[in-house]
Amino acid sequence: MFKVTIDNKSIEVEPGTTILQAARMIGGDVVPPAMCYHSELKDSGGKCRSCMVRVAQGSAADPRPMPKLVASCRTEVMDGMVVENLTSPQVVDARKAVVEFLLLNHPLDCPVCDQAGECDLQNLSYENGTSVSRFEEEKRTYEKIDIGNLIQFHPNRCILCYRCVYAADQLTDKRTHGILYRGEKSEISTFIHQAVENDFSGNMIDVCPVGALTDKTFRFKNRVWFLKPMDAHRECTKCSGKATIWFRGDEVYRVTGRKDKYGEVHDFICNECRFEKKESADWTIEGPRKIESYSVINQNHYRNVVIPSVINPIKETME
Amino acid sequence: MNQDSTKISLTNRSKMVSNKKMTLIERFYLPAIFKGMSITMSHFFRKETTIQYPEVKRPFSDIYRGLHVLKLDDEGRERCTACGLCALSCPAEAITMIAAERKEDEKQLYREEKYASVYEINMLRCIFCGDCETACPKEAIFLTNRIVPSEYKRTNFIYGKDVLVEKADARVDVSKRQTPEVLEFKKDKTKSHNK
Repeated sequence: MFKVTIDNKSIEVEPGTTILQAARMIGGDVVPPAMCYHSELKDSGGKCRSCMVRVAQGSAADPRPMPKLVASCRTEVMDGMVVENLTSPQVVDARKAVVEFLLLNHPLDCPVCDQAGECDLQNLSYENGTSVSRFEEEKRTYEKIDIGNLIQFHPNRCILCYRCVYAADQLTDKRTHGILYRGEKSEISTFIHQAVENDFSGNMIDVCPVGALTDKTFRFKNRVWFLKPMDAHRECTKCSGKATIWFRGDEVYRVTGRKDKYGEVHDFICNECRFEKKESADWTIEGPRKIESYSVINQNHYRNVVIPSVINPIKETME
Repeated sequence: MNQDSTKISLTNRSKMVSNKKMTLIERFYLPAIFKGMSITMSHFFRKETTIQYPEVKRPFSDIYRGLHVLKLDDEGRERCTACGLCALSCPAEAITMIAAERKEDEKQLYREEKYASVYEINMLRCIFCGDCETACPKEAIFLTNRIVPSEYKRTNFIYGKDVLVEKADARVDVSKRQTPEVLEFKKDKTKSHNK
């Protein structure tokens, strides 16, 4: 077992664990944000650079610090490693710069975007970014392409995290989309219009950290924070059938996978569950989905309310 | 009730009521009546505080918070994109909306891809706090110095887009509600917000 210290908190982990995974085991503020890393997708990570941390001590055997900030999702821990996340001003600075870079070409059309309210990029920039942009040039824009009748694709919003590419590679046997071109010109595309029709293609919506891939059947139907998420399951021959269904009143607006607090889905669901089963009778409801307290989806929902006892000096004499 | 209850005083303002007999002059009541009437009469010669409302109107503050307006932009397109932030921020939950996607031939009507096909404010619920105006990222909704008129039916107080959206030929000036910084920013046409 390797002992690793992140932001002055220590934990013993198996060799081969990455810094990000070790930080998630500790939990709390020490967890670096991640846009492109997805724990269920092999080889994901290392693209967005938002999880950069400073390694103040490489290992117990070689206590020199690492010369540059490292991507915590791709760096494995060493015994006696000391990592600084929020305690290092260098990391805070670098993360602010990463957010600025990610937002350079991002259209900032959150009022129109269906992902708003559950968007990793919104959270990242809210927590680590600045409120003003220094970018004065024209933003890079792409021609809209139609990738299929279930998924709406907005190339301008894409941050090239590759999550959807890994998802298509690892969940299905045939990937029909990918990243074309290089560098600044790279873009997600299918070459052939309407090419995405795999039965598990809907999971690309769930793994997308931004609003580049959204549910066409839910497009502009409602804002996520007006919906009530419920855990539900159904018998499905193709997938686990474990999903979150989003209600308004008695109406099911959309079905998604169950995202954990890092926005990652662990039980992938098939397109039939996601796009076709939109009646509450199709599902067995388990109970309300727990959403992180900082999320806007929790706005105006009150849970575990303790009614304060009123101090009334004359209460006893009145009785 | 037990004995202690008479001693409890929450404000220390209670006074003992005296029950003494009135004198002869006091029993005539006339001096007291004249004293009271003189106070009443003195008010006849003071400045009037009431105004005759429909004929005379008080000057309104420039930033009075009255009936809402949904603004159009310079080209007459609706600014609202139905993002739902006004409804989210509304403490009285007075605002509801239904979004729709703009068609190819409606580009001159709506500013962005998405627009509010239904936008309703329940004026009985609204407390005119102006939070919707603060929350709006598109400068679409403003409160104005117009008054919500009285109605006979409750259902008439649910104002839809027909009332709320300003008419292209009768624009509502809200520039006084905006800070000099905002007005300065709006002049910068390179920003996508102002295009």
